[in-house]
Amino acid sequence: MSQPLASDHANPIVEVKNLNMFYGETQALHDIDLSIPAREVTAFIGPSGCGKSTLLRCFNRLNDLIESAHIEGEVRVSGRDIYAPDCDVIDLRRRVGMVFQKSNPFPKSIYENVAYGLRIAGENRRRVLDEAVEKSLKAAALWDEVKDRLKNNALSLSGGQQQRLCIARTLAVEPEVVLMDEPCSALDPIATARVEETITELKSDYTIIVVTHNLQQAARISTYTAFYYLGSLIEFNQTEDMFTNPRSKQTEDYVTGRFG
Amino acid sequence: MKFWRRGDPFIWLTGGALALCLAMIAGLVGIIVYNGAGVFWPQDLTLLRLKDGPPIMGKLVDRQPIPGAAGRYRVQLKVGNRDAYGQDFRWVDEDAIAERETPAEAVVFERIEWGDMHGFIAALYEEERLLAKGEGGWEALQGVMDQVGELGERIHALERGELGKLNRAIDDLRLQERRLQRKQNDAQLAANEVRRQALWDEHEAVSGRLDELRAQQERWEVEVALAGGETRRVGVAAIVRAYRPNLMGFWAKVQTYLSKGWEFVAGEPRESNTEGGIFPALFGTVMMVMLMSLAAVPFGILAALYLREYARQGFLVRLVRIAVNNLAGVPSIVFGMFGLGFFVYGIGGSIDQLFYADALPTPTYGTGGILWASLTLALLTVPVVIVATEESLAAVPREMREGALALGATKFQMIWSVVLPSALPGILTGVILATARGAGEVAPLMITGVVKLAPDLPLDAFAPFFHLERKFMHLGFHIYDVGFQSPNVEAARPMVYTTALMLLTIVLLLNLTAIVVRNKLRKKYAAAAF
Repeated sequence: MSQPLASDHANPIVEVKNLNMFYGETQALHDIDLSIPAREVTAFIGPSGCGKSTLLRCFNRLNDLIESAHIEGEVRVSGRDIYAPDCDVIDLRRRVGMVFQKSNPFPKSIYENVAYGLRIAGENRRRVLDEAVEKSLKAAALWDEVKDRLKNNALSLSGGQQQRLCIARTLAVEPEVVLMDEPCSALDPIATARVEETITELKSDYTIIVVTHNLQQAARISTYTAFYYLGSLIEFNQTEDMFTNPRSKQTEDYVTGRFG
Repeated sequence: MKFWRRGDPFIWLTGGALALCLAMIAGLVGIIVYNGAGVFWPQDLTLLRLKDGPPIMGKLVDRQPIPGAAGRYRVQLKVGNRDAYGQDFRWVDEDAIAERETPAEAVVFERIEWGDMHGFIAALYEEERLLAKGEGGWEALQGVMDQVGELGERIHALERGELGKLNRAIDDLRLQERRLQRKQNDAQLAANEVRRQALWDEHEAVSGRLDELRAQQERWEVEVALAGGETRRVGVAAIVRAYRPNLMGFWAKVQTYLSKGWEFVAGEPRESNTEGGIFPALFGTVMMVMLMSLAAVPFGILAALYLREYARQGFLVRLVRIAVNNLAGVPSIVFGMFGLGFFVYGIGGSIDQLFYADALPTPTYGTGGILWASLTLALLTVPVVIVATEESLAAVPREMREGALALGATKFQMIWSVVLPSALPGILTGVILATARGAGEVAPLMITGVVKLAPDLPLDAFAPFFHLERKFMHLGFHIYDVGFQSPNVEAARPMVYTTALMLLTIVLLLNLTAIVVRNKLRKKYAAAAF
């Protein structure tokens, strides 16, 4: 198998080298090597339990919360080794935002949800917060729907709106990379379409890595796609090539629906 | 077969269990309300003319079949006049009653001592001089009672104000003297002696004024003719309230009812707690519950936060958790023993040694007091708070925590701004449960600071305002004391029901407040639903 790198791309922002990841004795990821290009949408696909979400959570060190988890290898974001002992996790998570599978707005107002990241970073100037909230909500295509009720509880929004609020919340701290872990899996088709639209619009400003089970979605929104199977990266390529001309047999079987 | 499979019996079983619970609770509350709410209603006085013996007069309280005599009944009469008859109640065989009347002129006198007196006004005297006789006595009595009441207020003000101040000054001086004696500062001692003499002189003067006022109060006497014809003299100053129930309309009775009810809530107890009010007990209960919550709630929440959020989940934490759960099941009297040994004798004794050595051997903190009782109860309720807080912390979804962390929150920021607000309604539920348990607890209090009659409230207008070392009264103990320790249990029984009603009301009010707060919070932090 050839080296599955999008090495033709000059500008990698997330670089993974020889990454092995364990939950206790169980190995979840095997020798991952990957470079993710900046300001593009990269999709992670693969059958359930193949390690794509686990890998995603390695990029903002959210796996640190699991006591038994440990890691071997190297992950660099913007050139910095994020598992180096001197790496500031708090700062890393500000640079690498994340949107979760299940929308998880805080039990606060819409405004405070979006402002949360800035507030905990110590930003309390009203003007700055107002600007950031408006900008982020516009970027997440939610502004028109909520601009008159920013003080309302975020939990009063619909599921799709909540998910876009979570995207806005993530964008408010202006991260370099946005990780999305199956952001549409709990949404109906119309809400899904809105979120996909949002992702496409964000492409020009942010690097987006999206885990999805929906192959059509991957085809629609991503420029690059990585296919994982049993904890290994099988193939990483431009999405078009991946779906029309897969290099590996396993990829072909998966994208044509023969297994998975 | 299908009947069983469908689970109908189970529905009946569960529904039945719930219905039984509700019925028992409703029964309990019903009995207390039924017996307690009517106590202050000014009941009519009934005069019974008997076939043999002198007539008797009182309030009808009960009617029962006579045991062993079919078809015959007897009635129970609260005759009052304990000083004349030696007993409050009399059973009368209905067959022995020749005639029943409700004489319009019959008067109920509520007295400071000896309970109620039932009779007719025969005459009113001012220093042995006849003021009014027979019919006119009632009118004259009203005017006299107003004057006596005014005098009473002045006496009360003098006792509470000047005399109290003097007593405290003398007490302070005495403590100061003991300190000086130890230091052998003779010059200062001599100066103190002069000052003490001055204080005593002043004390004497105030006492003299008090005696004078009291003598004025005691000028009036009312002569009461009892049902049997004999007469008794009662000082007007000893009468709390006089009313003629048989002449009163419904609204007049309501007025008297409310006035007696208010006296009950806001007044001081009399006659070894069997009459008068329960205000000191009410105040003591509420203050104790507040102090207890103040100690237990923050402490419990902090402990639970550490246990759930920071501690490494392992064998030790499991052990602690089991211990906390078991602590919630320890009998309360055991906590009382601990409170007495640890708080009262241990900590209180040390405080006395360090800061109140001059007053020894009279203990200041080294004896039961509201602070120690509250802390003991706090200890008793803290496991409930811990368990409830832990549960509600555990119920905060992982996604929400991760969401905060993924935005760059520190663990503290996550807990403070996301986890705690979400868990707050659940925590409050625990606080409600704990408070309710603490408010109803009596046993540990009996050995850590509750007394039958406390001379002063633990909160007053004199610095330092909160007197946490003071002993206090408590509704629960009041019930026990009045119901089982009073010399006249039969007469005190209504008081037990009303006090129980009061305690229930207080617990209910405390809970309602907490529930309203919780529901407000719950609306604010309602869990997400798709």
